[in-house]
Amino acid sequence: MFNLHYRLERRTIGFLLAIIGVAGIGGAVEIIPLFTIHQTVEDAPDMRVYTPLELAGRNIYIREGCYACHSQMIRTLRDEVERYGPYSLAVESKYDHPMLWGSKRTGPDLARMGNKYSDEWHVRHLNNPRDVVPQSVMPHYSWLARTELRSDDLGAHLAALRKVGVPYTDDMIVNAKSDAYGQAAPDTPYAEGVTKRYGAATNVRAFDGRPSALTELDALVAYLQILGKLTDAAHKPVAAVGG
Amino acid sequence: MHTSGVIFGFGGNALIATSFYVLQRTSRARLPDQLSPWFVLLGYNLFCVIAATGYLMGVTQSKEYAEPEWYADIWLVIVWVTYFIIYLRTLLRRKEPHIYVSNWYYMAFILVVAILHIVNNLAVPVSLGHAKSYSAFSGVQDAMTQWWYGHNAVAFFLTAGFLGMMYYYLPVRAGRPIFSYLLSIISFWGITFMYMWAGSHHLHYTALPQWVQTLGMTFSVMLLVPSWASAGNALLTLNGAWHKVRDDATLRFMMVAAVFYGIVTFEGSFMAIRSVNSLSHYTDWTVGHVHVGALGWVAMITFGAIYASVPWLWKRERMYSARLVEVHFWLAIAGTVIYVFAMWNSGIIQGLMWRTYNESGTLAYSFVDSVVAMHPNYIARAVGGLLFLIGALVACYNIWMTIRTADQPADQRVADRPVPALAGAGALQPAE
Repeated sequence: MFNLHYRLERRTIGFLLAIIGVAGIGGAVEIIPLFTIHQTVEDAPDMRVYTPLELAGRNIYIREGCYACHSQMIRTLRDEVERYGPYSLAVESKYDHPMLWGSKRTGPDLARMGNKYSDEWHVRHLNNPRDVVPQSVMPHYSWLARTELRSDDLGAHLAALRKVGVPYTDDMIVNAKSDAYGQAAPDTPYAEGVTKRYGAATNVRAFDGRPSALTELDALVAYLQILGKLTDAAHKPVAAVGG
Repeated sequence: MHTSGVIFGFGGNALIATSFYVLQRTSRARLPDQLSPWFVLLGYNLFCVIAATGYLMGVTQSKEYAEPEWYADIWLVIVWVTYFIIYLRTLLRRKEPHIYVSNWYYMAFILVVAILHIVNNLAVPVSLGHAKSYSAFSGVQDAMTQWWYGHNAVAFFLTAGFLGMMYYYLPVRAGRPIFSYLLSIISFWGITFMYMWAGSHHLHYTALPQWVQTLGMTFSVMLLVPSWASAGNALLTLNGAWHKVRDDATLRFMMVAAVFYGIVTFEGSFMAIRSVNSLSHYTDWTVGHVHVGALGWVAMITFGAIYASVPWLWKRERMYSARLVEVHFWLAIAGTVIYVFAMWNSGIIQGLMWRTYNESGTLAYSFVDSVVAMHPNYIARAVGGLLFLIGALVACYNIWMTIRTADQPADQRVADRPVPALAGAGALQPAE
């Protein structure tokens, strides 16, 4: 053993290969089976993809660094389930490229934020968090309401996500821009296409309270209101969830 | 921004600089050419600038320690491969038959960081004109890949690389050989093998399958053995040189770094235990833990290495002021201890408040109650951080003056020092 090492450390290339081999084992054993073992991710036939508007909201959430203070992963602990709702399932972040489980809770977990508060609450909270939670330390994001959402490239975003495995159809990609507009403008002809492509349960309303303009606030609130609502698998009894 | 600045800006530059120095010294060979090391220096710092300016504009992949977007990542791969080739070519033309232990660690650092970086950053950009890309992995697989990367960024960037630094600067400064060759071998291969399993301890009680969590926990606890082998090896090397630790703040920086390394690895193994993690995860305890590592271990060993290198590189006999090194030492220690205790306090209070029930069986505190309770600790944290920062500024001034001030002519140098015979065989040289 000792002699073996004595010889090994005289050989540059041999030493390099030894490092790669020894270091490679752990990752390989832990990561590769996650792609091959079927039970890793539960089946949830009702799981839907993000609409273009929700996806744009998710990208704003990432851009503004919300993930640094808010987790999206409810652990299987009694106090977390009572505080935030049913614990998170793997399938719920199946279409999250990347996942936003987070590692620090400076603010509360958001995995089940969807439909917990009204749109108006979110609009006021993002404009100035202290208006609704006096002791909050969250920064304000008041400019989102004044900033128009860039929607011309949403089709390209959907297409890129399809390349990494999210089942967006050609129809969804082609209509991405008008769907984003329609989801926040319920009285226009574009609204119908959203429910047709993404399901009748999709939220279609003027999220920021102003149907006339499509803002970044619309997108972010649309995203926050869908968190934990893409599938109801987590609310079913364990036996009912295929695994 | 903060983590990238510290890890890549400060840590990365310290590692690249010391690795080139140590490599040439311990191999008795020069770098193979003049141009490519400059490319690594400028290219690497260009990467840091590209990454940091991106964050300010909201360009981020949202993966911890891997925030830079795809174009910055590709640039880093190019720089990193150049770095690796320089390292390899120098090693191949070394005149020493054996590769010194520091170089094992530096090599593991360069190689494994390359593998981690490439795998974790696999992504599809929206288009060539877009900064935005989408990760190739999603959900649970993405989480595991990210923490396999994230934890080993700590292991190979912030541990292996800096261990390489310690294995050179500490024995040289102490004037003692490494205590045990066998311990070096055990700890090196132990760290290289076991760290790669430990990432899943960041995902206890999540939707990650239980078996992966358990593997991660087990290996994290086992990691204590090679980690303490390294820390112990470093401290035992100082046997016979403890009087130097007393008199020389530079060596004391390295000694304290090894102690903090022992503390932080113990704490890490402890926090990786599932039931402990249920309390510590998502809280400031984690923040406290990383700062034991970042301030106590990484920064201290780097300060030691800087104070040792600057006089060598600019051909000065010693630093401009030994007293300022001493001031920096105590500021850094005080800053670290205050900071870390504030975060431990705050993290444990936070974790306990979240899980406290009242007599009627419902949760006792709302989330915002815990936010309010953090406040005094955050003030203490700011004080600790400020002390540490002042220490670093003192160091900058000292380094600047060392470079600016030319050594005095030999005759005057002797004149202002006590005659060695009277001072006791030169044992008392505070500046050494």
